[in-house]
Amino acid sequence: MGQGIERLGFTGSVVMIALVAAITLALRGAPFVLFGGRKSTPKFITYLGGVLPPAIIAALVVYCLRSTDFTASPYGLPGLISVAAVAAVHAWKKNTLLSILGGTVLYMTLIRVM
Amino acid sequence: MNERKLWKHAFRLTTPVMIGYLVMGTAFGIIIQTKGYSFVWAFAISLTVYSGSMQFVLAELLASASPLLHAALMTVAVQIRHVFYGLSLIDEYKKMSPLRRFCSIFGLTDETYSLQCSLKTPDGMDEGRLRFAVSVLDHSYWIAGCTAGALAGALIPFDFEGADFAMTALFVVIFVEQWQSFKGFKKRLPAMIGAVSAFVCLLIFGAERFIFPALAAATLALLALRPVLGGKEGADGTGN
Repeated sequence: MGQGIERLGFTGSVVMIALVAAITLALRGAPFVLFGGRKSTPKFITYLGGVLPPAIIAALVVYCLRSTDFTASPYGLPGLISVAAVAAVHAWKKNTLLSILGGTVLYMTLIRVM
Repeated sequence: MNERKLWKHAFRLTTPVMIGYLVMGTAFGIIIQTKGYSFVWAFAISLTVYSGSMQFVLAELLASASPLLHAALMTVAVQIRHVFYGLSLIDEYKKMSPLRRFCSIFGLTDETYSLQCSLKTPDGMDEGRLRFAVSVLDHSYWIAGCTAGALAGALIPFDFEGADFAMTALFVVIFVEQWQSFKGFKKRLPAMIGAVSAFVCLLIFGAERFIFPALAAATLALLALRPVLGGKEGADGTGN
């Protein structure tokens, strides 16, 4: 701070934080407000509730790797190798903590040596 | 006693998120503090906004004194993916008291969503209370990380770069578990649709804009495939 950057004042900051928080809550709550009040949830929502989670999780894996640069060295290899390692170790050992800790340590090592 | 068992179970479920949130939260705390906001701000933001990606954007918006309309549009753009998360939890969240329900909807981050949609309740445990405990624990890790980062983050001598991979690993783990529990092409099709639509939209829209079109396209594709996937036996067996 103090390098000539003018950040928002106290009130401005509070208003902006409240605005961002309110929009975030509104988006998270929208499906519950739209479809949650009825006695029985519409059938297409029940259907989506069953099939959406695997689709969303798959998309979130891609989302986490979205900024990977495949065109320059190390060609996104640390991320790809670590994701493959997590998947393999988890399919083999089925131990969530081991998969996540092991994968993270591997990734942190790879980005430093590759 | 039973209550203690429930929180212990929730702690075990949320441990991967704890690691990721403490690291990512600390990173946020360090950044917001360099913009001239003390740990009190970091605490207030992590309590009220509670979103990894959006808080980093918010730090920039605050520091550059952006107009409110710009901030609002940015928030919608970054956060709109969340409208899809509730769709799969409407009936599950009906099993909660109103206050617990509100807290759990409020706390529906990417990571908490991934735990909620893969959550299995042990016999004899109250599902609504367990879901609430998961939401509250995740939020408390995030607040702790953000506040600690703003307080002392710059003093920690360890280089944490890459530690946020814990979140990616969490999603991969849940993906593998879902993949293994769904046997057969038909039941694995939703996961494939999600992956393909994410890749295609990433190529078309670029890294910062692809997630909403990707989720929207996947939702439309799944709705179109409802006659195939949602047959009499399909809808109940595909997810939990």
